[in-house]
Amino acid sequence: MELARYILRRMVLSAFVVLGVTFLVFIVAQVVPSDPASLYAGPRPTAEQIEKARQELHLDAPLIERFAGFAKAMATGDFGVSYKSRRLIAEDLRAYLPATLELAVFSTGLALLIGIPLGVLAAARQGKWPDRLGSLSSIAAVAMPTFFLAMILQLIFAQWLGFLPLSGRLSREISITAPLQMVTGFNLFDALLAGRLDAFGDAFRHLILPALTLASYPAGVAMRLTRSAMIEILERRHVTAARALGLSEPRILFSHALPNAMGPALTVIGLSFAYALTGAVLVEIIFAWPGLGRYVSEAILAKDFPVIAAVTMVVTICYVVMNLFIDIAQALVDPRVALS
Amino acid sequence: MNRLVQRLGWPGTIALGVVLVIVLVAVFAPWVAPYPQQGVGAPNVAAKLSSPSAQYWLGTDHLGRDMLSRIIYGTRVSLTNGVLIVTFSLLIGLPVGLAAGYFGGWIDEALMRGTDIFLAFPALLLAVLMAAALGPGFLNSIIAVSVTWWPWYARLARSEVLVLRGQPYVEAARLAGVSHARIIARHILPATARPLTVQAALDVGPALLTAAALSFLGLGVLPPTADWGQMVDAGRKFFPARWWYSAMPGLAIFIVALAFSVLGDALRDRKGGASRGAA
Repeated sequence: MELARYILRRMVLSAFVVLGVTFLVFIVAQVVPSDPASLYAGPRPTAEQIEKARQELHLDAPLIERFAGFAKAMATGDFGVSYKSRRLIAEDLRAYLPATLELAVFSTGLALLIGIPLGVLAAARQGKWPDRLGSLSSIAAVAMPTFFLAMILQLIFAQWLGFLPLSGRLSREISITAPLQMVTGFNLFDALLAGRLDAFGDAFRHLILPALTLASYPAGVAMRLTRSAMIEILERRHVTAARALGLSEPRILFSHALPNAMGPALTVIGLSFAYALTGAVLVEIIFAWPGLGRYVSEAILAKDFPVIAAVTMVVTICYVVMNLFIDIAQALVDPRVALS
Repeated sequence: MNRLVQRLGWPGTIALGVVLVIVLVAVFAPWVAPYPQQGVGAPNVAAKLSSPSAQYWLGTDHLGRDMLSRIIYGTRVSLTNGVLIVTFSLLIGLPVGLAAGYFGGWIDEALMRGTDIFLAFPALLLAVLMAAALGPGFLNSIIAVSVTWWPWYARLARSEVLVLRGQPYVEAARLAGVSHARIIARHILPATARPLTVQAALDVGPALLTAAALSFLGLGVLPPTADWGQMVDAGRKFFPARWWYSAMPGLAIFIVALAFSVLGDALRDRKGGASRGAA
């Protein structure tokens, strides 16, 4: 009962937040910029062209009316037309969103895969060098500018060692000679669906560097959280009992202590996903990854506000929904959450 | 010195030293920089894209300007960014949090739900949207980041006030007929301001990191002013052949952010928490 009420309350609040987000995006993208009409009218517009643009954009309508129009358009997925390319934004999003989501999901997985075992190791060797090294690198990961890390990884793995591609999502041989058919938009899935192992491997190799860049910070957080949860659990009685029974140390760590320390994993998934969606703006430019981040960064330079607004809306809604799921999952795993 | 090391630990003390050096470098940039003219932006095309050498320790950029001088001048933008972002955010967040926590009821609900909306955005994305709407520039990029930053201080201030509001001395003041404004100004604000300023000081590193990301995207300070994020971006055209162009300013951002975060960790880890106001 408490649980149901909690979930309902979180859902209502999320809906309210989405409405607020829409309003804020509307204000910032449509009211703050000094002259959207002349941007819309194209380069060096005449006075009549600007006037025509003002009418097309309904800039003279009252604010409330304009917001209602904007909210309705957003709700129906009609994001309008890009000022720059004159293409339908909704179509662009359909092409770019899966690329960004693929990167976000992959980097989240990578963060857990790196962070959790390191956290277990640090807890098992508390105060020794793996622990110290781990905490040092997790502090460094916080201070590292995403775009700088991306370039360092490119320099080392693509330029010097040459065993991973420098940038892009697929090699030319695949994308031009034998392109993948887009079904889900996730290259890894599409390659498997088509039974194309060559394309799968290629897509995988292209994913590694950008995903690693995005995973570094959440992996550090995962490590810290796992470490502190493990340290607490390793002092509990069932662990002492397992030791007394003479079980091997890895067995104690991974099958008796770790499952009890999985609470932080959910937190890390949420944080990592959010970090990847945000960091995508920086990482996708550097790795020439055809996703929302690169799309929006090109729009920034062109002052293409409808595109910036659409991307902000879509990503924020992904973010809000993700947080909602995490909160609900946490309440299901640990009912105490719902009571607080 | 010994007491300092005892309090902050070795990493914390070194980080504090680094932060102090950076502040001094920023203040005395014209005297520290080997080529102050180039630091401000004067081109020196004859030496363009020279690799690091005895003459130009960190190499030169595409206009032949000494990277070291540019980076030294860049400390000014970077530190001001960090400090102003947390200051602006405090100026917005503190009053909002105070009002929400002190008055409670519908005022609290309205203010905090408003705060939630700002927190619902991935922070960098809201800052990018804001900065794009305002146009690039020093002050605009600071405002853009502050817009995403203040809600955290509003939340923190509110939670501090909720504790204070129930304190006997506050109750006593209220019963004695002291006005709300006076209670807030005299009894609540001083006690809240301290943990908040400490938190703000710890946030300078992350704040300047966010500002660097904006300027990397072309939404920060406009050239010829030296700015690290913008330098990294400008160097990308010559990367990796002329790696120093991007790498040196990138390293500078990393070192400054690292110093602040290690110092922050040291302050937080200290016994008794950070609420003693050591920063």
